[in-house]
Amino acid sequence: MAQISVDIERGPDEPASPHQGRHPNTCPVCSSHYRDDELVAALRVCRQCGHHFRLPARERIAQLVDAGSFQEAAADLRNADPLAFVDRKPYTERLTEAELATGLGDAMLVGTASVGGRPCALAVMDFFFMGGSMGSVVGEKFCVAADLAVARGVPLVAVASSGGARMQENVLALMQMAKTVMAVDQVRAARLPFISICSDPTTGGVIASFAALGDVMIAEPGALMSFAGPRVVQQTTGETLPTDFGRAESQLRLGHVDLVVPRAELTAALGRLLQLFAPSTDEPTADAPAPVPPPAGPMGWLRRLFGGAGG
Amino acid sequence: MVRLTEEVHRLRRRFQERGEESDVWEVVQNARHRDRPYTLDYAERLFTDYVELHGDRVGGDDPALVAGIATYHRRCVVFLGHQKGRDLTERTHRNFGMARPEGYRKAIRAIELADRLGLPILTFIDTPGAYPGVGAEQGGQAGVIARSILALARADVPVVCAVIGEGGSGGALAIAVGDRVLMQENAIYSVISPEGCAAILWKDAGQAKKAAFAFRPIARACLDLGVIDAIVPEPPAGAHRDHDRAARLLDDAIRGALAEVEAEPAASRRSRRRAKFRAMGVWGMAEPDAAPAIT
Repeated sequence: MAQISVDIERGPDEPASPHQGRHPNTCPVCSSHYRDDELVAALRVCRQCGHHFRLPARERIAQLVDAGSFQEAAADLRNADPLAFVDRKPYTERLTEAELATGLGDAMLVGTASVGGRPCALAVMDFFFMGGSMGSVVGEKFCVAADLAVARGVPLVAVASSGGARMQENVLALMQMAKTVMAVDQVRAARLPFISICSDPTTGGVIASFAALGDVMIAEPGALMSFAGPRVVQQTTGETLPTDFGRAESQLRLGHVDLVVPRAELTAALGRLLQLFAPSTDEPTADAPAPVPPPAGPMGWLRRLFGGAGG
Repeated sequence: MVRLTEEVHRLRRRFQERGEESDVWEVVQNARHRDRPYTLDYAERLFTDYVELHGDRVGGDDPALVAGIATYHRRCVVFLGHQKGRDLTERTHRNFGMARPEGYRKAIRAIELADRLGLPILTFIDTPGAYPGVGAEQGGQAGVIARSILALARADVPVVCAVIGEGGSGGALAIAVGDRVLMQENAIYSVISPEGCAAILWKDAGQAKKAAFAFRPIARACLDLGVIDAIVPEPPAGAHRDHDRAARLLDDAIRGALAEVEAEPAASRRSRRRAKFRAMGVWGMAEPDAAPAIT
């Protein structure tokens, strides 16, 4: 038994597995179907049931940061396949396919940006690039983002979306966990805040490294945030899993995240936090959101905190 | 096109010289051998005296991860390691060396104790992985692994780690971040078990041999990749044949590594450790205006 300690639920070569047998624009929860432009306009959130579809990194950045403020760094880093790894396909072939499919050099974009007029260093993952898996390039890019935060004295913001470490790089991928944790430590040593946003999924070696170390932990609704995937837990232990196993809402209940924020409110929430963390002598460069009386209902506290409209 | 350094090309060539599938698999089996010495077997032989510490001070004690204070060559050290069981009852009690959050919290407590008292830390890595149970997950398995890595990263004292059996995934790395990382000849170190890798990439856990061969969890490969600092020899045919001799060989390696680390300036120890791990990883640079491919 004990042999399978798989740290990701799905293989990095099957990024669309939850949608298997269905169109990627069909909601896996309520089966509503959308045209691509409808889905983009709705921030890739199902209008019917609120299911949060996975978001490509560039779309995430476009939604999250002030228009035109993102300055990419370390854009030309590419994986080198040090193990000359071949499974059913050579790793180099998978990398090329992923790059052609996503237009990205690897599963993370880093740089600087501002949110609500507040500057930050940013690291955003893309699940569509080999399941968002973390290998040498993702690890190094995260460190570059941390370096930028420290050099400019601004907070670090990460948006994770990853099945875990990248198996094709084996121990080197594992070491990226240590490397990214140390990068967070560097940000901590500079007395700068780190805001970790976990989207679906943030599992395996990513949730067990930098993504778990946010000074503020934000999760998108329904995001899977377990170390081992539900299927592995089920198969290895034979235990019955709660229906919300590892999901953002249960992680909030269990004390592992601070906030579950719907995508439509994420920009406001992040801007608000960056504003709160800003040095006290600093006047805001953008208009702070007007206070809204908290509406009743389960998300009322969230609305009170962020003055958001949805929920 | 991706531009690679000559060093990376050399590394790729070395891995392309495939070697034998059966040799890699033999190491995997040796690493998991039921008679292989475990952490406390080494503690008995390496330490003049030791006291095991128990509990995470939150709500539990994890027999799958042991920690304690010990006398090692006339100095006080703190040790921690995964612990497997010898017979069926003990194996179950030790949960096959798969630690739960309480285990990693105990590790963090031990690391912080060592750092506060200025004691070197010795760690022994031997786990198939962190325990993937519902309770462990709900107890924050991911977070405690990250914080255990962080605790080791922050320690100002010398940290010497030894992979003595299975170095399985994040559950292993949680206590394997050190100034020197040693690995026994027949130990394995990997991001996922060969079975898990096969199940995902080959869609068939039965292809574990093939997976192990492809991702080479062996000490030689880890050394080539710069992930470990030295390979510790074992008695002929493996550590399970002669515990005493295996312990003497491990002792020599740990003692030497610890002396090296202690000789380095203490004030910059953390930044050196950070630089060491920052350097881990292999990548190339995209050639401008070219098709996206590695050739």
